[in-house]
Amino acid sequence: MKKILKNQENVGYLFILPWVIGFIVLTVFPIAYSFYLSFFNVTITTDGIQTSSVGMENFQQALTGDIEFVNRVLGFLREIVVAVPIIVIVALMISLLLNQDIKGKGFFRTIFFLPVIISSGPVLSKMIDLDIATIDVIQDNTIYEVISSMNNAMSGLFIFIIDNLIILLWFSGVQILIFIAALTKVDKKVYEAAAIDGASAWESFWKITLPSLFPMILVNIVYTTVMYSVSGLNQIISHIQGHMFQLETGFGYSSALSWIYFLLIVIILVVFTVIISLFNKRYT
Amino acid sequence: MKTLESTSRKKNTRFSKRNLKKVFMGTNSRTGLLTKIVTYSLLIAVGFVFLYPIIYMVSNAFKDLGDLLNSSVNWIPTQFYTENIERAYDVLNYIPSLLQTAIVAILPSILQMLHGAIVGYGFARYNFKGNKILLMLVISTFVIPPQVTVIPRYILFNELGLLGSIASYLIPAGLGQGINSAIFILIFYQTFKTIPVTLIEAARLDGAGEFKIFMKIAIPMATSAFIISFLFSLVWYWNETYLASIYFGGELTTLPLELQRFVAQYNSMFAGANADGIGGINEAIELAATLLSILPLLVIYVISQKWFVESVDRSGITGE
Repeated sequence: MKKILKNQENVGYLFILPWVIGFIVLTVFPIAYSFYLSFFNVTITTDGIQTSSVGMENFQQALTGDIEFVNRVLGFLREIVVAVPIIVIVALMISLLLNQDIKGKGFFRTIFFLPVIISSGPVLSKMIDLDIATIDVIQDNTIYEVISSMNNAMSGLFIFIIDNLIILLWFSGVQILIFIAALTKVDKKVYEAAAIDGASAWESFWKITLPSLFPMILVNIVYTTVMYSVSGLNQIISHIQGHMFQLETGFGYSSALSWIYFLLIVIILVVFTVIISLFNKRYT
Repeated sequence: MKTLESTSRKKNTRFSKRNLKKVFMGTNSRTGLLTKIVTYSLLIAVGFVFLYPIIYMVSNAFKDLGDLLNSSVNWIPTQFYTENIERAYDVLNYIPSLLQTAIVAILPSILQMLHGAIVGYGFARYNFKGNKILLMLVISTFVIPPQVTVIPRYILFNELGLLGSIASYLIPAGLGQGINSAIFILIFYQTFKTIPVTLIEAARLDGAGEFKIFMKIAIPMATSAFIISFLFSLVWYWNETYLASIYFGGELTTLPLELQRFVAQYNSMFAGANADGIGGINEAIELAATLLSILPLLVIYVISQKWFVESVDRSGITGE
């Protein structure tokens, strides 16, 4: 034992051992097992779990037969494509405001971070149910009424944003902190040099601030996407959960649903990452 | 002489005009008054929108039915009416639920924090084969939705007889597969990276063992990482309802779970009251319940907000 620990590498492995065990038993195995289950019909009997192979049927059923699921997936996609950029942009704007030479920075940061502490799924859905997920002054506006009566895809998105305004803002707490930390790291001398060369604040933002923030924009997009996907408001999750304990469908079908959902999140993350790196390339 | 005076006066006025512009619009190095006013107004407006639901909750939770229906009563109720709070308090079964929530949140958070410290130290201070790849795997677990792993974990915990007990939270937390575990490993990784190598080398030369170095040198230097990890973990476990409802299956409850089934619970408790139209559920009672369920978190935040707000700076998570 002592001999093994003489070797520094082994000590390192010993330190990360808890994670490795957990990763294998509670993540790798479950992921593989749920993939396996998604090709079976699973029934729970008193003797344990009975499985019978159904091939691709679960996936087929999910994508073609389960209209409810398909609708929720499409709705989620529409939401996340709008919500994530808005959340990240709002976080960026707020952090730019807070990065100025003003008093009470700490106070404002405390307010903007507060929602992170309290926004559990039930609290957010109560806010939506009770109609305090947005400011009613905006909803009383005539422009809002005109657009909401138009009833097409664009107006639908607009209504989604307005109706969930505060929910969207509430998702931006951590991202604001990440942007502020990144902004304070940008070298002040670069701005001074740019100012001497006659660059306006507007130009400095596009040419200096934004490019230096790209890595953090990506971090925030990933963070927002993940947090938004696992939030209690997500309709897909409740659909999967509902099928988990239904006798006819059970674990096999809901495993297939959760795998489709997992792949969806990965695809969304890849798309966002590609878009950001394309922007990054254009700039640098 | 005259010409000199007039030019100097001219210069003066030009200067003052420029000064005025400087004060309002600012220069490149100093923010102007106008910019400041705009910034403050924007921040205050956005801040109000952020707080609007909470202000609304506080205001309406103390309204009686009359105030609620009276459109002339806006923010301040006509009387201090506590019946809503009392009812919500009873329906939420407040103190027992609160204690259970605290246990269900605090214990996994402690384990998750300790796990983060141990594993983060391993990744930060030892150069073993596969260090970088394993760290990438740690980070990648962040994007795996709990829905993919929950069914096999449910089957596993069921076979081990752990469902309905807090063990179904503690085991994943202690093995780094709990809620957002990857973030905590990363926080400690960043913190322990900053310990000077010379300090550890010196301790090794003095004959200190690896675990002694970890306990005596590394841990005392990571106080803020411990506090930040614990607080974030606490909040995330506190607010978790998806896993809680699946793993605990009604054996254990939390305030968010109670809030989720509040309306049904209320109607079954006050079933008779519905008939006469008085005492049925209304918006104010639901708001009171929401307020009560977030109240402990607000208290925690008031006490520890500095740690939350400075978390990103202190943990150096952006410093790569």
